Amino acid sequence: MADEDDDIILSELDDEELVAQMHDDLYDGLKEEIEEATQILLARDWAPYKVLTVALVAGMKVVGDDFRDGILFVPEVLLAANAMKAGMAILKPLLAETGAPKVGKMVIGTVKGDIHDIGKNLVSMMMEGAGFEVVDLGINNPVENYIETAEKEDADIIGMSALLTTTMPYMKVVIDTLVAEGKRDKYIVLVGGAPLNEEFGKAIGADAYCRDAAVAVETAKQFMARKHNQMAG
Amino acid sequence: MTDDDTRLTTEGLAASGKGRVLVIGCGALAREILAVLQANGLTHVDLACLPAILHNRPERIHTALEDAIVKHRDTYETIFVAYADCGSGGRIAEVCARYGVEMLEGPHCYSFFEGNEAFAERDEATAFYLTDFLTRQFEAFVIKPLGLDRHPELRDAYFGNYETLVYLAQTDDPALDAQARAAAARLGLAYERRQTGYGDLAPALARL
Repeated sequence: MADEDDDIILSELDDEELVAQMHDDLYDGLKEEIEEATQILLARDWAPYKVLTVALVAGMKVVGDDFRDGILFVPEVLLAANAMKAGMAILKPLLAETGAPKVGKMVIGTVKGDIHDIGKNLVSMMMEGAGFEVVDLGINNPVENYIETAEKEDADIIGMSALLTTTMPYMKVVIDTLVAEGKRDKYIVLVGGAPLNEEFGKAIGADAYCRDAAVAVETAKQFMARKHNQMAG
Repeated sequence: MTDDDTRLTTEGLAASGKGRVLVIGCGALAREILAVLQANGLTHVDLACLPAILHNRPERIHTALEDAIVKHRDTYETIFVAYADCGSGGRIAEVCARYGVEMLEGPHCYSFFEGNEAFAERDEATAFYLTDFLTRQFEAFVIKPLGLDRHPELRDAYFGNYETLVYLAQTDDPALDAQARAAAARLGLAYERRQTGYGDLAPALARL
């Protein structure tokens, strides 16, 4: 941010100004400022869930939108994500204590042969921010990692990520195995990664291709709502 | 040399208009293609290159390629595309099929320089590759686009899962070896130099 912000004392801002400042600081990837502001809001008796959604997730949405629109690029998004992660690290233990809503559970990982995890990590973080419980399998995952973990964790969603055109076909191996084991209908399967597109998602039998982390969150929420409606019906 | 590389990165290379066969390739392959053409006496082959920086935006290659094919197809008897899949997810192959032109086999230049078969056998998930061109243009293709010049703290986010920088050397140049070794050190990766020559690129062009 500009030099004039050097003089801003976060604790002297009222709530509305502080939240606006947090959005700016997230945009600029200012980790320490986000940590400080998160603590200030908690000290003002904000519920951890409110800090998460109003200050962090809403701020990150602006970052996501500008990335989608070509205004921000990967380095800036990573810096913003690091700042958000620092705020979330403060909130996470408190969220569990204060009974924040749980939307669903997702098992996510980068597929076998692929070690790229930037997109996957962003999705994990934004899903957590949206109230999903996330079990992150990390990178280079064979089919059994996805299915065994989803079964053990009683997950709602399996998320798969790939950056390489040579590794993305492995997503079909996972889906085909789910089908062969009669488990396909138990899980919402979301896929994402730079070389993928909607057509590919459909062709391999995924429920949806998610272009970015924000779309992943919205798609996951929609599928969870449908799942609940079906159960209620 | 550096000026040429910068131009190949941002502008590519215009066709000379001479010859009955045109190779449309990646700017990152320009020197290598010209070297193969010269070594084989292929004076009937002309070369046009798209900007090499498209390497960092593979989703844009197929449209730029299609424009180039359309621009040149009435001028040359034959067009050959010196791209492999290059992260396009089959879209380069679709364009080539639509216009009936041949292209290089394989997933990317790392693979065809090493030889597609040998590269596939290695199955190296944790290797980060540089070629001669990418070694010379390491700042423009890696450091600056990833913001590592401004934010070196992002190194782990990008390269934390990699183990080795493999320099696939098309030529035997101690200066490039030193540059690639320095690049590995900068990224905190182990270093390996592998002499590949032009790999599968040479026979593919020699047939033209």
